[in-house]
Amino acid sequence: MTQTPEQSVRKVSVQCTLNGQPTEFLAAPYLSLLEVLRETLGLTGTKEGCNDGNCGACTVNVDGRIVDSCLMLGAEAEGKTIETIEGVAPAGGLHPLQQAFLEEAALQCGICTPGFLVSAKALLEREPDADEPRIRLWLAGNLCRCTGYDKIIRAVEKARDEMK
Amino acid sequence: MATVFLPMPIRRRIGGEPSLVVEGATLRQIINNLEEIIPGIREELIDPELDDRVIRTISAIIDGEAADMGLRTTVGENSEVHFIPAIAGGAPIPLASQDGNRSKNRNEER
Amino acid sequence: MTTTEKPQEFKVVGTRPIRHDGIDKVLGRAVYGSDVRLAGMIYGAVLRSPYAHAKITKIDTSKAEAMPGVFAVMSGKDMPLVASGALDLGETVDDTAFTSDRVMAHDKVVFKGHPVAAVAAIDQNTGLEALKLIEVEYEVLKPVISLEDAMAPGAVVIHEGLIGDDLGEKVNNTNIAVHNRSEFGDPEAAFAKSATVLERTFIISRAHQGYIEPHASTAFWAPDGKITVWTTTQAPFGVRKTVSALLEQPLSDIKVIPTEIGGGFGGKIPVYLEPVAAVLSKKAGRPVKITMDRRAVFEASGPGPGGTIKVKMGVDDKGKITAATADIRYGAGAYPGASINPATAGIFACYEVPNVRIDSYDVVINMSKTAAYRAPGTPQATFASETLVGELCEIIGMSPMDFHLLNVSREGTRRPDGPVFPRIGNEACLEAIQGSEHFKSTLEPSTESKLRGRGMASGYWNGIGNKSSVTINVNEDGLVSLIEGNPDIGGTRTTIAMQAAEILGLPAEDVHPAVGDTDSIGYSDLTAGSRTTYATGTAAIEAAKMVIDEMKKRVAMIWETEYGNIEHVDGLFVSKVAPDHKFTFKEAAGKLGQTGGPVAMTGTVNVRGSGGGSFGTHLVDVEVDRDTGKVEILRYTAAQDAGKAVHPSYVEGQFQGGAVQGIGWALNEEYYTSDDGVMVNSTFLDYRMPTSLDVPMIETIIVEVANTNHPFGVRGIGETSIVPPAPAVANALANAIGVRLYQTPMNPGRILEALATKKTGK
Repeated sequence: MTQTPEQSVRKVSVQCTLNGQPTEFLAAPYLSLLEVLRETLGLTGTKEGCNDGNCGACTVNVDGRIVDSCLMLGAEAEGKTIETIEGVAPAGGLHPLQQAFLEEAALQCGICTPGFLVSAKALLEREPDADEPRIRLWLAGNLCRCTGYDKIIRAVEKARDEMK
Repeated sequence: MATVFLPMPIRRRIGGEPSLVVEGATLRQIINNLEEIIPGIREELIDPELDDRVIRTISAIIDGEAADMGLRTTVGENSEVHFIPAIAGGAPIPLASQDGNRSKNRNEER
Repeated sequence: MTTTEKPQEFKVVGTRPIRHDGIDKVLGRAVYGSDVRLAGMIYGAVLRSPYAHAKITKIDTSKAEAMPGVFAVMSGKDMPLVASGALDLGETVDDTAFTSDRVMAHDKVVFKGHPVAAVAAIDQNTGLEALKLIEVEYEVLKPVISLEDAMAPGAVVIHEGLIGDDLGEKVNNTNIAVHNRSEFGDPEAAFAKSATVLERTFIISRAHQGYIEPHASTAFWAPDGKITVWTTTQAPFGVRKTVSALLEQPLSDIKVIPTEIGGGFGGKIPVYLEPVAAVLSKKAGRPVKITMDRRAVFEASGPGPGGTIKVKMGVDDKGKITAATADIRYGAGAYPGASINPATAGIFACYEVPNVRIDSYDVVINMSKTAAYRAPGTPQATFASETLVGELCEIIGMSPMDFHLLNVSREGTRRPDGPVFPRIGNEACLEAIQGSEHFKSTLEPSTESKLRGRGMASGYWNGIGNKSSVTINVNEDGLVSLIEGNPDIGGTRTTIAMQAAEILGLPAEDVHPAVGDTDSIGYSDLTAGSRTTYATGTAAIEAAKMVIDEMKKRVAMIWETEYGNIEHVDGLFVSKVAPDHKFTFKEAAGKLGQTGGPVAMTGTVNVRGSGGGSFGTHLVDVEVDRDTGKVEILRYTAAQDAGKAVHPSYVEGQFQGGAVQGIGWALNEEYYTSDDGVMVNSTFLDYRMPTSLDVPMIETIIVEVANTNHPFGVRGIGETSIVPPAPAVANALANAIGVRLYQTPMNPGRILEALATKKTGK
């Protein structure tokens, strides 16, 4: 072997909308969207917890759907509209979910928080009246080991009521 | 006079008595006076390297709380002193490997 | 609901401010272990043993070294052969040689996933490709996986050098590292006189802390010999000491910068990657970052130990405990150090037991070395004791609540390992549950397909005090910055800052806390043992008192009077001689310019013990699907003694989080291990921690029995909450299905089996 894996394949050029901005990047075709976000684009708010689609820490919003970014290739972002945790807050403020997470103490270590926020935001955008069972079902793909979920659910309910 | 509870191995050796009444105003004095009753115990209990605390695998507990000033910790007239296997907080205390020859052997391998 | 006794008046303590670091964490800006990015940084990858037990006969790294994009390759020969000795990590003692071997195998692998070599490369994928080019030859040995195999006479011995300690006798050629005993009174004689005696054996699986952030460490070994480590750890000073010992470098040449930490629960106390990253960095001349993958976290980092626990208890005809014995055997993993001693302290701590004997065994097996996991060793032991109590109550026809209250341990009760309890909240927690709406509610009766039951259990964790440092700097605008040395896993920056604010007479928001690195704050013991809010909080109170005292001197100067004339009352500096002289803290801080140097004070403490620890009682209702064996948690209430809740939301959060982890242990979580010692469920999908769908809201009752060891009465509370859940669930299940389970996890398979056994009557 005379090349590194990155050098041995031709990178693909990808154009997408990322957190509201037209974005272009080059990525080796085998890189996951998670790797592209974190390593290529420096957006480390999206976390890696398992790299096999079971913890939800890397959740991002792709064209209105929530996706574990470790399970999607960076190259598949072509033409897509992607939102990460870095795009959740409006300029100079916080999204009601972010504010509710702070007020309700819905995070302890905080590593799962970006994934929960991205997931919960997508839920409330689709279903502004989501009740507790619905919230629990929607968030079942996001693992939290610290809180026992109680305060996370309460925070989502609080943001839901705020947003009405 | 303080009541001293010995670690189980030493208790077994001296016939199973759970506790002894020993004089001493500090932990060091207690251990020195224990030495009079059980020769050799000082060497078993005191960390030889620092000579200011009990060995690391044992906790000295005085009236329910760890001896925070090592051998200098004061012991009251009616205190209870326990020597028990060390209990850490969020962390267990394993024994040190007792293979004293290990480093010598290992370095000879080089 | 809060029950309070002898309330002190507080302005800040007991309120619920927004945590200081929260904004970074909801914005995705907080920097965790693997978020570290440095100029010139390259990426490490670790080659791990496929075998649980084997001799390494050859390692050839030449092909990997020649691969483009690879900067450095290392194996055990690049680590010093350090001598065996005590590695004192502040109430945690490890052995240096064992720790070195664990971090990077020298000549033998002793668990699946044991590191045997590592590379540093231009990017992660190049590193992973390079690992494939490292040639390792093994001579595979018989793995020792079960406790029975490890303890059997003539067992394959994992460490030839290990000398076991059997009640003080040295034993060669053994896997039993330690056998301890604690004994008071004469249990055999007491059993003989008891009205009822029950003995049962329980089996509990090892369980992983399951923190969502994998281990990640970055190191730069500069040409001048200075080593900087960025790492996700509960113990920055412990990492400094371990790296120093393992690499034989001066302690003060090593700076450890703790990143934000994505969960730990005890599992981020040990060092795994830091020395490896440092050695690779030295070879490569660049900073090296290594991140563990999830499979390695499960296989090769330390879960809490599993084991076998035999418990025997006798009662008189009134239900009063006459005697209790236990035989606790834990699988430590590949190196000694299972948490048997806290298990001994905790197993009968909720009761007054006049005659007691506890034998405990720390057994080495060919699996990853266990680590501390939230109340180490105690949930396992308490699963046994509290489930036994549940069955004993059924036999003697007594309600578990009455049994607990009749036998409750309180101030003056001797703990089973000897020490006598100071004031504790055991009884208050029982009473809190007894008075709860949940306890008074009627459980919906079972139906043909849904079997319902209720269970309770209590638990105890002692916790520690130990050493902490806190520095407070007064800024000219009257706000203060506070530096402490304990990584913040669950809001402790804020609970520490709140205690300082209480003394300073400032709102919590005006104290800006930060976690310092090992060069910027005095020595601080680890974030563990439920000690951070309690002990580091005490250091913050000390520092704040020193600041107030210094400010009084400065205010005396400003008012041109004697220091003795200045008082600090209700947050105001006042003069005894000039009643119109009044300064708020902010006003005084703004006038320090001409009174001498800046005001910056460091409080240091070595807090003696925990003040009796924290007790808790949990109550749970379950529903079992008769056809599938699936268990639903219908309702759950956790009561626990917090002494004084500094930030009630984070206290509740600890109760809730611990309860749900315990529910995971009870119902799902286990290491499903092949005979070869391979964990076959090493993903989150298969390990199956609770999701938001698996649990209801967790009701909490904060009980406050003030801790006489803390100025505000605070108790450490982080760990107790994982102790009662498994036996509470076990007791509820027995109540629901009419048959008892003695093994975790109590998963659908085992429940269906138990139901089938009940049906056939055998």
